[in-house]
Amino acid sequence: MSSRGDMPAWADYVLLPLINLLLAFVLSGLVVLAIGEDPVRAMRILVEGAIGYPEAIAFTLYYATNFIFTGLAVALAFHAGLFNIGGEGQAYVAGLGVALICLYLDFLPWPIIFVGAIALGMAFGAAWAAVPGWLQAKRGSHVVITTIMFNFIAAALMTYLLSNVMLEPGRGAPETRRFIASATLPSMQTMLGWIGIEAPRSPLNFAFFMAIAAAFLVYVYIWRTRWGYALRVVGQNEQAARYAGIDPAKTIIVAMAISGALAGLMGVNEIMGAHQRLLVAFTGGFGFVGIAVALMGRNHPLGVCLAALLFGALYQGGAELAFEMRAISREMVVVIQGLIILFCGALENMFRPWIATLFARHKAA
Amino acid sequence: MDDFVQLVSLLASTVRLSIPLILCALAGLFAERAGVVDIGLEGKMLAAAFAAGTVAALSGSAWIGLIAAIIVAVVFSMIHAFACITHRGNQVVSGMALNVLAVGLTAVLAFAWFREGGQTPALSGAARFAPIVLPFADTIGQVPILGPIYARLISGHNALVYLTVAIIPIVSFVIFKTRFGLRLRAVGENPHAVDTAGISVAWLRYRALICTGVLCGVAGSYLATAMASAFQREMTAGRGFLALAALIFGKWMPVPAVLACLLFAFADALQGRLQGVALPIVGVVPVQAIQALPYLLTVLLLAGFVGKAVAPKASGIPYAKEK
Repeated sequence: MSSRGDMPAWADYVLLPLINLLLAFVLSGLVVLAIGEDPVRAMRILVEGAIGYPEAIAFTLYYATNFIFTGLAVALAFHAGLFNIGGEGQAYVAGLGVALICLYLDFLPWPIIFVGAIALGMAFGAAWAAVPGWLQAKRGSHVVITTIMFNFIAAALMTYLLSNVMLEPGRGAPETRRFIASATLPSMQTMLGWIGIEAPRSPLNFAFFMAIAAAFLVYVYIWRTRWGYALRVVGQNEQAARYAGIDPAKTIIVAMAISGALAGLMGVNEIMGAHQRLLVAFTGGFGFVGIAVALMGRNHPLGVCLAALLFGALYQGGAELAFEMRAISREMVVVIQGLIILFCGALENMFRPWIATLFARHKAA
Repeated sequence: MDDFVQLVSLLASTVRLSIPLILCALAGLFAERAGVVDIGLEGKMLAAAFAAGTVAALSGSAWIGLIAAIIVAVVFSMIHAFACITHRGNQVVSGMALNVLAVGLTAVLAFAWFREGGQTPALSGAARFAPIVLPFADTIGQVPILGPIYARLISGHNALVYLTVAIIPIVSFVIFKTRFGLRLRAVGENPHAVDTAGISVAWLRYRALICTGVLCGVAGSYLATAMASAFQREMTAGRGFLALAALIFGKWMPVPAVLACLLFAFADALQGRLQGVALPIVGVVPVQAIQALPYLLTVLLLAGFVGKAVAPKASGIPYAKEK
């Protein structure tokens, strides 16, 4: 039935996603056209704003850091056959874990704060995902619905804590006090300063390197360890996994926990790196971008990194675009994001038969 | 007596808040009963609200706005159908895509067309669904007990509220008493059997999603032209997901789902009034606790701790005709 075998691997992994991506951009261009602006000029401003000068590149990489984490979270869960829509809530709660250490234990020496805050952030994210995982594995509650519900519960919980318990009086918005310097991640500017390179001020920080490392570790975990093998078998065929002596329930719970921990690292980048304080709704929809990133990156860590760079560029360039072209608002990026999820995700197979026919004809000729 | 009037007005706002939830939950019912998971209710409702706000502002008529809202929501629903039924794409991904697309598109277009920071112009007069005062509301309103109930709870809502009240039994009838409804339920449980009977699975599911779109359209129009007086950015505020929760809570049955919507709406109406009020025994209940309650209850229900919710069997699985 499937025509998957009818085309070479490069067509499946590169050509098809690129065609879908192109279609998403063409339609975005039509939206720009519809509001009476020049799509070509808009594209040029977007690219210029994303990678045109050092500060832009730094911001692009900062956004990409978030998207690598949330993209990896979605991708890893996908391999276990799970759709984790809860990255947003998991990262939000992880921010609480980070803040607890950075606010209340900041008298400790910085290496302990550094490790402790990251670990507690990841643990909070993992726990917030493991519960839906447990419910899926043991009680059969669908993980899509429970993670959506957990996003809303996280939002309510965090708003309560921030506006009643943890807030610093006198601030305009519900947020905590700023962390002291030794309870934050070093910024890229500072780190490059150590080796004598001058860099512009930006929210880009140490978490970027953690994101690269996380991508590598996720690759190793999924394809080079027996746990990753178990995870993929469960994702492909739970029945087969059971016969092979793999415990699907345990695998599902562990996969969700790791996925949540990865999403939690986005909280580390935002809270410990960029904002250096805990604030309401800091996740800003980045958890949902992870879905688009994972779909476009074909659930492979390398693909996720590339897709995250693209989305980082879109977010940074989009901000610039909204500034330069008065008729276009920042949400233009969200339109592009939605179209990418639609074409690279839900409609990914629209052109498949068509391309397969082309290849078949080519082979016959 | 004063407490009683308070209670009646609390119930009246419960009704007003429940309307978009009920419409969306019934919309989701059509989709899920036909075996198509739809987490894109939120997006469809948002797009519809924008269409209603825009067209009502331009035409000056709330009814034309309603028609535009229905058309837009059906178009969104058809994209979902095209992706999930025709191309057998992932239904959750497609729903998510439509949600994201709706958030972006409505904000971008509203910003570009009206230059009011992402909302449509304020509506007044015939461009809004105004409250309808039923006959003799003033005279009967003087009667104790029954008076306030008639004057405040039954009378004084807008046309869409009464329309929704009429839609509930109609949906229930269509799902359980018509041939279309029987086939729709069958296609959500066992599409193979329906296919064997010579009925097109795809066409049935397409029709179900048209119904979904129509109801989401009414819900969106209610938000922008009845409850509020303009479209505002992300004005659905999670109601589509809350409706989804209510649908699960009602075990995919029309009347229980409507009751769940009323329960969630009651919690919503109550939270505004409980702000800062100390209750006996528990003290001040945080607003956020009441906000989180529907979601918490749904999780508990899904986990089987309070009853058991069983989804239509074929829900979420694309149907491939055997060759």
